[in-house]
Amino acid sequence: MTDKPKVAFYWCASCGGCEEAVVDLAEGVLNVVAAVDIAFWPVALDFKRRDVEAMADGALLASFVNGAIRTTEQEEMAHLLRHKSQVLVAFGSCAQLGGIPGLANLSSRDEIFQTVYKEAPSTVNPEGALPKSLHRDNGDCVSLPGFYETVRALNQVVDVDYYIPGCPPTPKIIQQAVEALLSGKAPEKGSVLAPDRALCDECPRKDTRPEKLTLTAFKRPQEILIDAEKCLLAQGVVCLGPATRGGCEALCTRGNMPCTGCFGPTSRVRDFGAKALSATASIIDSNDEKQIDQILDTLPDPVGLFYRYSLPASLLRRKKLPEQPATKGCAPKAG
Amino acid sequence: MNGNGNLRVGLYICHCGTNIAGTIDVKAVAAWGETLPGVVVSREYKYMCSDPGQQLIVDDVREQHLNRIVVASCSPLLHEQTFRGATAKAGLNPFFFHMVNVREHDSWVHEDKQAATEKAKDLIRAAVRRVAFHKPLEKKRVPIHPDVLIVGGGIAGIHAALTLANAGKHVYLVEREPTIGGHMAKFDKTFPTLDCAACILTPKMTAVKKHPNITLWTLSDVTQIEGYVGNFTVTVKRHPRYIIEDLCVGCLECIEACVYKQAKYPDEFNLGLGKRKPIYIPFPQAVPQLPVIDRETCIEFKSGRCKKTCVEVCGDRKAIDFKQQESTETINVGSVILATGFQVFDARRLPYYGYGKFPNVYTSLEAERLINAAGPTQGEVILRDGRKPKTVGILHCIGSRDENTNRWCSRVCCMYSLKLAHLIKEHTGAEIFNFYIDIRTPGKGFEEFYQRLLNEGVHFIRGKGAEINTWPLDPSEEGKLIIRVEDTLIGKIRRIPVDMVVLSVGLEPHADAGDVRRLFNISCSSEGWFLERHPKLAPVNTFTDGIFLAGCCQGPKDIPDSVAQAGAAAAESLALIDSKFVELEPNTAYILEEACSGCKTCIPLCPYSAISFVEAKKKAEINEALCKGCGTCVAACPSGSIRQNLFEDEEIFEEIKGVLAHA
Ligand SMILES: Cc1cc2nc3c(=O)[nH]c(=O)nc-3n(C[C@H](O)[C@H](O)[C@H](O)COP(=O)(O)OP(=O)(O)OC[C@H]3O[C@@H](n4cnc5c(N)ncnc54)[C@H](O)[C@@H]3O)c2cc1C
Ligand code: SF4
Ligand code: SF4
Repeated sequence: MTDKPKVAFYWCASCGGCEEAVVDLAEGVLNVVAAVDIAFWPVALDFKRRDVEAMADGALLASFVNGAIRTTEQEEMAHLLRHKSQVLVAFGSCAQLGGIPGLANLSSRDEIFQTVYKEAPSTVNPEGALPKSLHRDNGDCVSLPGFYETVRALNQVVDVDYYIPGCPPTPKIIQQAVEALLSGKAPEKGSVLAPDRALCDECPRKDTRPEKLTLTAFKRPQEILIDAEKCLLAQGVVCLGPATRGGCEALCTRGNMPCTGCFGPTSRVRDFGAKALSATASIIDSNDEKQIDQILDTLPDPVGLFYRYSLPASLLRRKKLPEQPATKGCAPKAG
Repeated sequence: MNGNGNLRVGLYICHCGTNIAGTIDVKAVAAWGETLPGVVVSREYKYMCSDPGQQLIVDDVREQHLNRIVVASCSPLLHEQTFRGATAKAGLNPFFFHMVNVREHDSWVHEDKQAATEKAKDLIRAAVRRVAFHKPLEKKRVPIHPDVLIVGGGIAGIHAALTLANAGKHVYLVEREPTIGGHMAKFDKTFPTLDCAACILTPKMTAVKKHPNITLWTLSDVTQIEGYVGNFTVTVKRHPRYIIEDLCVGCLECIEACVYKQAKYPDEFNLGLGKRKPIYIPFPQAVPQLPVIDRETCIEFKSGRCKKTCVEVCGDRKAIDFKQQESTETINVGSVILATGFQVFDARRLPYYGYGKFPNVYTSLEAERLINAAGPTQGEVILRDGRKPKTVGILHCIGSRDENTNRWCSRVCCMYSLKLAHLIKEHTGAEIFNFYIDIRTPGKGFEEFYQRLLNEGVHFIRGKGAEINTWPLDPSEEGKLIIRVEDTLIGKIRRIPVDMVVLSVGLEPHADAGDVRRLFNISCSSEGWFLERHPKLAPVNTFTDGIFLAGCCQGPKDIPDSVAQAGAAAAESLALIDSKFVELEPNTAYILEEACSGCKTCIPLCPYSAISFVEAKKKAEINEALCKGCGTCVAACPSGSIRQNLFEDEEIFEEIKGVLAHA
């Protein structure tokens, strides 16, 4: 055992991209590895949950948790890591805001099960079996994590100290965040470890946005030949750059694609989607209700557009449902 | 709390006599108020706005070291300033005060006393939670430019201009026609006194021209206005008259000398009843006393080959200039009075009255010209077919009080119809029939005038004229106009043959009133009249500070009312100028410069053009003096980089939480 600070990485409801992002640090990852002792990283190193449980409270300097919280197990791990860590970091959009998995809050658990386990064309399930959290066989009890009705962001489950934004976070953002944490110069608790200005600030197209921009139709990227220099919004493509925290160095807009908002809102905005929507709506060039409807029809999936990464963290949170408890599992056995 | 030590709120619930206390249990609310976190004093009082009511606040602040004040009473529109004043008098920043409207929003709109009382509590809880986050704010002072712009040179604009000019202020009077005078210049006599319109109007018109403090621009339009109360920059476009004002002496010899020996073209001032030459003066007493050339009819403009006898006679004065161009003037003023008047209802819109089809159907304005001694017939009432009418029908309410045209009462038509009845009778001795829905004579001396007309033997038929036709039933009706009407006093449909019909057309907003409204950034009522800030208490103010209204642009009215309103608008303008500075409400939006990404979303949204983009910094900037605190940009800024004083996020969220947190 060295006395290097111990850190943990964990994933919840996520796609694995955040794990890739850590690996993507390339030679940067070596700096991190050299500076810390990775005490828990299921995706890459063979440590078990019981190893974490055996640690003293606060034994970990920091845990980086990516992914949203959908299952009971994810919630348990969030609590466990919270106890064992001095600093808990929500890593990536899903942990920070609920992320893409959070869009599942547009459906109920039953609807999701129906689609995934029965109706999807690729599903083969002649018995129509649905996930169960409890299975008894010959007196033995096998339990699987329960599936909650609602996807939550990490801070809706446990207290979170910092956030590293992005889907996934970019190497530069990760490196700066880790350095800030290790150097002990961490900012105020609750901060998002990225610049607090919207993306337009660092977008190379910024100067081409006219002062008076109004639109009578929105374009989806596949519908037009996008000019590589001009502000995307000025071309009619809904770019969420004005609403999205910068720090990514405008990866998408440099790549000729609009910003979809993965860095989330600035510290001054409580509901990303509502802000993005109101800003986008304010450039609609019509006072006629019918025409406005027609213009809005060019945005086929407004929730998916404006709340792509942040539905669980929004004031709306989810499609309305009668609240139901999670499917029950066996009490987790010690060890 | 907002860095101001411990929260110590004083809470006051006003009875407003029984207005509030009659529905809300104010005693219970006051007792409950004491239990709210942060509330140190909670009282109810009969009239909080009274001196003793305000003194309660002052004393409590001093004795109990209060640092926030909440008054639950009426609308902030009425008494926010009062209570801010009391708060300031007590030594606190006035913006540490917040008002709860438990009258208009609660007691006046609810009947269930218990529920109303609970609602009052919710509203008060919200205010107490919000006020904790209030910041000390300062009002900004901006100097006021003393010059005044008046748009429209009818009697209202003229009167306002003279009042201000006599008080030593410089006035720019902008009129779009070649002469000032407006509608009044067309009348022969005015009701109810029958004094000669020209005798009372023309001296005022010449006074305008002569006054050293008035710059008169006719044939001119305001095309742009920027700035804010006290500091407007106005662009005026001056259309060419083709006469050099400074060189012309007003001898009018050029008109005489025009190659057209006879006047040939329909004359606008006489509504086409008379004729004029291509070079003309609208009417003999027009101000300015300058001819104007109509380029549509002038041979020189059409062919370039006129003998230009006008130029010859003008000689060395060289006042005629066919090359005169449109010019632009830019002026700075501190306040604006809009006096753009009205237009009359277009009688062609109601084809069943035959206006434009039967030559002997006239509008009231045309009748005014026919009677006028300076009119096309020198005051003789002669019909288009050369006859003198022996019977005349005057139809009231044409285009007024009618669901299909304008719903409002035009207010002057009954009276001017009586006036016309009297004058036509006087001029022709004809038998006169007035067709009315109701006779409305509420002004001073009006009812007496009506009585006089009754005594003069004018016939009054109660019923709105339904139709004019020319179908005779017997030879005596040959060549007559037949008025069909339901006489509601005798309950019969009648046909009344007459020689002449006068349609008493109503008053309506100018066709371009919407453009003027937008230009000056004021509001209109749904009918299109310019909207006053308060129908009773601020009748000449608009919702845009520094812009005032006078005369018929605000709604139909007669000359005395137009003049009174013009005087009031001038007084408001003077009061503004003499206050030397405007205090700007600090509820303005401000940009967190560090945070602004320069995305420009806000720039085009501001209805007051207060936001500009500063290229050097690549950030947006709000001109605080222009900002009205509407909050549009605050809501729109996608990165939350615009905030607004008195509407900070914390304040609003606390208010929402407070109103939703049922005890
Ligand atoms: C037939 C008739 C008879 C009447 N008889 C009487 C009567 O006997 N007694 C009485 O008290 N009242 C009478 N009235 C009412 C009277 O006409 C009005 O009260 C009075 O004219 C209102 O004056 P004003 O200055 O507000 O408007 P106006 O007289 O309409 O003057 C407005 C002026 O503004 C100018 N203007 C308009 N728009 C612009 C613009 N955008 N830019 C620059 N200039 C502009 C116009 O050219 C006009 O000169 C009568 C009305 C009618 C229709
Ligand atoms: S709106 Fe999008 S494309 Fe336009 S400047 Fe902002 S980030 Fe760049
Ligand atoms: S909307 Fe906000 S971020 Fe964009 S320019 Fe205006 S103040 Fe700056």
